[in-house]
Amino acid sequence: MKYAYYPGCSLHSTATEYEETTRTVCATLGVELAEIPDWNCCGATSAHATNHLLSLALPARDLAKAEQMGLDVVAPCAACYNRMAQTIHETKDNEVLRHKVSQVIGAEYQGTVKAKSLLEVLAADIGPKVVEAKVQKPLKGLKVAAYYGCLLVRPPAVTGWDDAENPQSMERLMTALGAETVDWSHKTECCGASLTISRTDIVAKLTHDILDAAKAAGADAIVCACPMCQANLDGRQGLVEKTYKTQYHLPVFYFTQLMSLAFGKEPYKLGFARHSIDPRELLHSKEIA
Amino acid sequence: MRRVGVFVCWCGSNIAGMVDIEQVKAAAAKMPNVVYVEDNKYTCSEPGQAAIQKAIKEQNLDRVVVAACSPRMHENTFRRTVSGAGLNAYLLEIANIREHCSWVHPDKAAGTKKAVDLVRRAVYKVAKNVPLQRASIDVTKKALVIGGGIAGIQAALDIADAGQPVVIVEKTPSIGGHMAQLDKTFPTLDCSACILTPKMVDAAQNQNITLMTWSEVEKVEGYIGNFTVTIRKKARHIDTTKCTGCGICWSKCPAKLPSEFDLGLGQRKAIYVPFPQAIPNKPVIDEKNCIYFKTGKCKACQIFCPAGAIAFDQKDELIEEKFGAIIVATGYEQWDPSPYGEYGYGRYKDVITGLEFERLVNASGPTEGKIKRPSDGKIPKDVVIIQCVGSRDEAKGIPYCSKTCCMYSAKHAILLDEKIHAHPYVFYMDVRTPGKGYEEFYKRATEEHHATYIRGRVSKVYQKGDKLVCLGEDTLLGKKVAVEADMVILASAMVHQPAASKLAQTLGISYDQNHFYTEAHAKLRPVETNTAGIFLAGACQGPKDIPETVAQASAAASKAIGLLSKAKLETEPLVAQVNEGICSGCLWCKPICPYKAIDGKVIKERIAGGKTIERTVASVNASLCQGCGACTVACRTGAMNVLGFTNEHILAEVDALCL
Amino acid sequence: MEMEVLNLTAVGPAGAAFAAQVGAEAGTDVFSCYQCGKCSAGCPISYAMDYQPRQIMRLVQLGLKDEALKSSTIWLCASCATCTTRCPREVEIATVMDTLRAMARREGYPYKERNIAAFHRAFLNAVAGGGRAYELGMILSYKMATFELIKDIDLGLTWLRQGKLKFFPERIHGAAAVRDIFDKVREIERKEVAAQREGRPVAHEGTEGHS
Repeated sequence: MKYAYYPGCSLHSTATEYEETTRTVCATLGVELAEIPDWNCCGATSAHATNHLLSLALPARDLAKAEQMGLDVVAPCAACYNRMAQTIHETKDNEVLRHKVSQVIGAEYQGTVKAKSLLEVLAADIGPKVVEAKVQKPLKGLKVAAYYGCLLVRPPAVTGWDDAENPQSMERLMTALGAETVDWSHKTECCGASLTISRTDIVAKLTHDILDAAKAAGADAIVCACPMCQANLDGRQGLVEKTYKTQYHLPVFYFTQLMSLAFGKEPYKLGFARHSIDPRELLHSKEIA
Repeated sequence: MRRVGVFVCWCGSNIAGMVDIEQVKAAAAKMPNVVYVEDNKYTCSEPGQAAIQKAIKEQNLDRVVVAACSPRMHENTFRRTVSGAGLNAYLLEIANIREHCSWVHPDKAAGTKKAVDLVRRAVYKVAKNVPLQRASIDVTKKALVIGGGIAGIQAALDIADAGQPVVIVEKTPSIGGHMAQLDKTFPTLDCSACILTPKMVDAAQNQNITLMTWSEVEKVEGYIGNFTVTIRKKARHIDTTKCTGCGICWSKCPAKLPSEFDLGLGQRKAIYVPFPQAIPNKPVIDEKNCIYFKTGKCKACQIFCPAGAIAFDQKDELIEEKFGAIIVATGYEQWDPSPYGEYGYGRYKDVITGLEFERLVNASGPTEGKIKRPSDGKIPKDVVIIQCVGSRDEAKGIPYCSKTCCMYSAKHAILLDEKIHAHPYVFYMDVRTPGKGYEEFYKRATEEHHATYIRGRVSKVYQKGDKLVCLGEDTLLGKKVAVEADMVILASAMVHQPAASKLAQTLGISYDQNHFYTEAHAKLRPVETNTAGIFLAGACQGPKDIPETVAQASAAASKAIGLLSKAKLETEPLVAQVNEGICSGCLWCKPICPYKAIDGKVIKERIAGGKTIERTVASVNASLCQGCGACTVACRTGAMNVLGFTNEHILAEVDALCL
Repeated sequence: MEMEVLNLTAVGPAGAAFAAQVGAEAGTDVFSCYQCGKCSAGCPISYAMDYQPRQIMRLVQLGLKDEALKSSTIWLCASCATCTTRCPREVEIATVMDTLRAMARREGYPYKERNIAAFHRAFLNAVAGGGRAYELGMILSYKMATFELIKDIDLGLTWLRQGKLKFFPERIHGAAAVRDIFDKVREIERKEVAAQREGRPVAHEGTEGHS
């Protein structure tokens, strides 16, 4: 199984631990990643918030490169995945638009490749059975709240690979790793990532609601599949605790970190030191690491 | 040389406003065979008809053309008019210069030109018309009612009271339908069972009514007055002649299953009657779940049955019976709201549907009428009712209003306050109460029972502790609101029966995009289908409440009674006819006929040299033929013709329009 | 919000044209909305908006362009698409918000949420510069634009220490090609806006093909 790999900007900065563990997990499971050469930023929310054509053209340049590689794209970042899927969706049956986009990027974009999120590839294409077979150190006793956020599963017309209201793919992976999952209410609520710098007050409230719900459901930690979500839920947790005068101490993992851990990788190689809420104490207490 | 009279109608300004009547008259006067032209402001009025009859006599007319509205409106009127003056009713043609012309044209000159063309077409055609005679057929004096809910019961009782025999075919083990599941009925809060069960008993005791429960219609052949219906009587595994309904069998049966009647909130056994007042009060054995049928062991029911009524070896029976009329009363299903992931039906136990609430509040229900929430049996204090769940939601494929939910939600709100002093919060989009006493009932919910009505669709329901948080927008305030409820009731849509389209195909009736059966005319023929002799009652035709269902059932019954009370039925003579002389016997027409009216037959023929040979030709059963004309198109030799619409007629019309 | 009376007859054909243009650019039927409020109820940010998302849809239907484009709602929308996902009338509300934001920017409406607009600008400038987002540079230029100098210093320093923020941007070989994309998009937009001003019809790709 081989994919054109699109790490996206965050995996080269705030989410290097996601990048590293993505590579680890894929290597373990035999998913070959061929990085798209000289890829550019997908434009994220800022592009589609201000210019429709720009929001299609930026991902289209990367997709056109993947077309030349003859490979479907896998993106670990939910936002990148969503922008690529959106571009494919909008240009699929619209030749005029595809042509316009091709002109803008100065390369032919035909719309022949698919874009998948890393979670989809690992949870649906590889599947929990194969994952379970690779587990060396089950995550016994770890209770996690699987958090999908908005961009992995919405809008269903564009994404459509898991239920938009109560997705289950991450739960199935976590169960395969031996962890416990909680049924909780806020798994697809938005954390407000695109406003994190400009309207931190709003992000604090949204993050507070999500952390509250995860805690109330009895989770020891949150597991996610998006660098924005992780940065908000982890990096902003201190601010939320201060603002709302509360205590959570909920580590926020990338699902690939937990997979690597269960696959028997050395914990110190998984980037836990780079978390704001250090998860090592929790992992020690559960005798997982 | 024919003597054709042309009568041009103004229809007030409906036609005259967009068609120059004088010009049409002048043009008609010059058409071949036309000897008389007259106009009238309203040709369908008594003076208008009298003028036609007078002209027929005075001008010695032998053919008549009426240029007026669609033949769907007044063809029969004018047929009676001309036959009243001594002409054969089929020597009449209608030129539709209203629906096909004046109503759809914005330009008077063009409209007038088209009207002239349409009149010419009719004049050319009428010249070829020949007198046709109606035949008569016998009527089987028995009605079939499909479905034993309140619609079917009411229709059957009315027909039986009129002295005609009637058979009710019901697919479940008992008659009663959804009404038997309901607790109270709006707007009077009558106990549903109290007003339904007397009718069920009447139906069971009426000499003219035969109940066939646990049975389904399998095949329908024939035509109005003479349907042949095959009914599958499913194996009950009970000898009903011996069974006394004592109930020992189901008390001894060890197999427990979720009860369909209680929508899974309660349990039944593998041998069961669905509810205490079931009619007939004789159980059925659910083969799929019976331990004996699954493993060959058990037989507890047989061992304990004092009447020896258990019959494990009973098989399905196919019964063929003749009927003169059929009433379809198959009802509806409540929509399963699982596709709303955001409401958590199926995920949260205390999110229930309206029908489930009916069982919770009903004394014969799983909680014996105590309103307890399913998760922990607590009595709820704050209850959210969400309206339009499924209904009016195109994204969920249900664009229509289910019509009953506003009222039953108001009823639920009242019952919640009355029985357990819970506070009802009703999220609605519009409150629709167009019925007698309905608005007053809604008012009662808000004023006497203090139900909080919030205008807005709930976006999400989620669990928080032991509460269900419902997020909505109060659109009248323009603010997002949250209600922390103990229980949530989803007023789920009324949808078609799952097998509705299959039954429609069996019956040869049509259904709409939502799989509700289509009436012959939305306003003027609301209980008839387009297939003669088949009528509709109740929610199978569209969402309806009980009063409306009962009214429609009685209307359908009166149509059926009218049909059954006729000694003979007249048939339309506009049917296919074979010219045996040129029929090649290829029988291409046979598979094309949608009414199975054509078959081959062998005829003997003398040929040159005095020899007699045998040869196959097509043969039309005039009673089955609906005159659709499909066979005439398939016929390669031109031997097949629909009377009144022969190839000669059609060509004359083409000549009139194109030459 | 001051309580002014909105004169609906004064809206005239320009209002209808605005509604039609929003629908065409967003590729959705704004008149399908029947004001049930499910969008606003599910919106995580509606509490902070001056108009509820439902009310924005109503403003568009009525052709009240200024009210819609001056709202904070269109900037606060985080594009999570909960509204679109749950809309019973299949209106793509999140896309309508995108369209209104783009329109407000194109037509020079003052931004109700200056900081949000500044952030998007800083982000895109970074991408236009080197082909990829560059958090540190972006944050600094955002801070210069908004004078929010102190805020987030703690988190920023932590992230720098953890190596989550880099001191230098990643510059791709194709940075010029990406720059070119920005230029071409701007050029196309300039032409379309000019055409619109002169009353020439603009073909919106949103109206063709895709649904």
